[in-house]
Amino acid sequence: MELLTFNKDDGFTEAVVRGYRSGILDAASYSNLGQCDSLEDMRMHLQVTDYGTFLQNEPSPLQTMTISEKCTEKLVDEFNYVRCNASSELAKFMDYITYGYMIDNVVLLLTGTLHERDTSELLEKCHPLGKFQSLATLAITTNAKDAYRLVLVDTPLAPYAQMHFNDAHDFTELNIEVIRNTLYKAYLEDFYSYCQSLGGSTAEVMGEILRFEADRRAINITINSLDTELTKEGRAELYCNFGDLYPEGIARLERAENHDAVRAAVEPYPQYRQLFQEATYSQEKSLEDCFFEYEVKLNKLSFEQQFQYGVFYSYLKLKEQEVRNIVWIAECISQDQKARISQYIPIW
Amino acid sequence: MSAMLPSAGFFDDWLILFEQVSPYGLADIGIGISIGVSVLGAAWGIFTTGSSLVGAAIKAPRIRSKNLISVIFCEAVAIYGVIIAIILSTKMATPEAFPQNAAECNTLEALRTSWPRLPGDGSKCQGSLYMKNLLFAAYAIFNAGICVGFSNLFCGICVGITGSGCALADAQNASLFVKILIIEIFGSALGLFGVIVGIIMSSAAAIK
Repeated sequence: MELLTFNKDDGFTEAVVRGYRSGILDAASYSNLGQCDSLEDMRMHLQVTDYGTFLQNEPSPLQTMTISEKCTEKLVDEFNYVRCNASSELAKFMDYITYGYMIDNVVLLLTGTLHERDTSELLEKCHPLGKFQSLATLAITTNAKDAYRLVLVDTPLAPYAQMHFNDAHDFTELNIEVIRNTLYKAYLEDFYSYCQSLGGSTAEVMGEILRFEADRRAINITINSLDTELTKEGRAELYCNFGDLYPEGIARLERAENHDAVRAAVEPYPQYRQLFQEATYSQEKSLEDCFFEYEVKLNKLSFEQQFQYGVFYSYLKLKEQEVRNIVWIAECISQDQKARISQYIPIW
Repeated sequence: MSAMLPSAGFFDDWLILFEQVSPYGLADIGIGISIGVSVLGAAWGIFTTGSSLVGAAIKAPRIRSKNLISVIFCEAVAIYGVIIAIILSTKMATPEAFPQNAAECNTLEALRTSWPRLPGDGSKCQGSLYMKNLLFAAYAIFNAGICVGFSNLFCGICVGITGSGCALADAQNASLFVKILIIEIFGSALGLFGVIVGIIMSSAAAIK
């Protein structure tokens, strides 16, 4: 049915996003960038790509930070343009995407305040997609209960925070991390069920991407919480209730006590077994890199299907990866580490 | 429903509905369906293609004139409907006076053999060969209209969806345009099949 009715609301925006997709740097542009000797060279090479003259008004010498900021700014502009043109269902879908960034910003601010950083400096670091009005107020809250009562209750994050923000203890490093993961768990579960309720190819494509996201989080949480004071029960509460690993793999992850047990837990799942093997045998790539590579692969696949919302999500994720790649290359150039320049994750 | 109505066999069959409609009315409904449903198909195709084309042309302006061909393919579907509607309506003439040799039908027996009556004059019924010709023509035109209308509806949707894919693919890779255009041509042939069958169906029909 979506073949018949999709274009009525979303044909224009989908085509626009596919147009943006063709601006993602290809292998030739990457090899050009890799041969640059300075950031000024990079500016010149980026000028002939889809980025155009976005760095033109920046004073020399160019900083890596500036490049990264400007790239993100361009991405956010494109995202907002599409968001403005989106119809109701798609607008809700795109809002869901931004909630993930809101959670990151909330946690960034809470952690920053805990370490007594300056609020305005922290606000600058926040991802522009996840900014909301009362974000700065978070800096004066000292415990989860206040944070919920004063700030989060008025944001779209309220339903995710509701259940878990009744703890009146002061923030610590650990419980902020737990807060991040409980929020993210609730968010992912909600997003997943929304995508499933849309049905059709959207449910299919987004289902695969979000299931991977949930599994990746589960594996990362397990690995990062080994040898910390987080109890197994506490850890079990952070796993999403969907995903390819759910429920058998998750049950095994809950019991895992060391790195080998984690590996054994995901052994029956061919895609993750392969990623773990790759990470073990490769000198350059960490498990995190392998996950990013797999995510890029999934996001690329979502462009293979027309008439579904997956492309909006995938475009943002691919473009983010591209910004990370550009920053990596820029860092390698400015720090004179030419040998490691090829360790970015190619997209096309 | 059948329990409440006389069960003499007259109301039992819902096909009686068609017999109750005047042959002229039936033929006109057919003509209306032929053009109306074809235009629905064409419009559906055009908005499917058009919305994608407009979006894709932002980043790849070179596709904008080339891909108008997809819109034209959809438009052709509406033209098929118009052509068939014109052909069908030429088969209908204003009714002349009733044939002189028509049987008088004051008796129930005569009514039954020559049902339905022509509109206008209830007391005069037609000879049964004349009536058969008239009914044949009416059904032929009505069904030719349905055949053309619906084959064009699905043809328009098919061409529209393919055309939307064509615009998006062309924006990414210009060499794909001709390949997808061939698929579109096959899609637009579907509507032509309906048109041909519609013409054959209605060729022997004439309402006098």
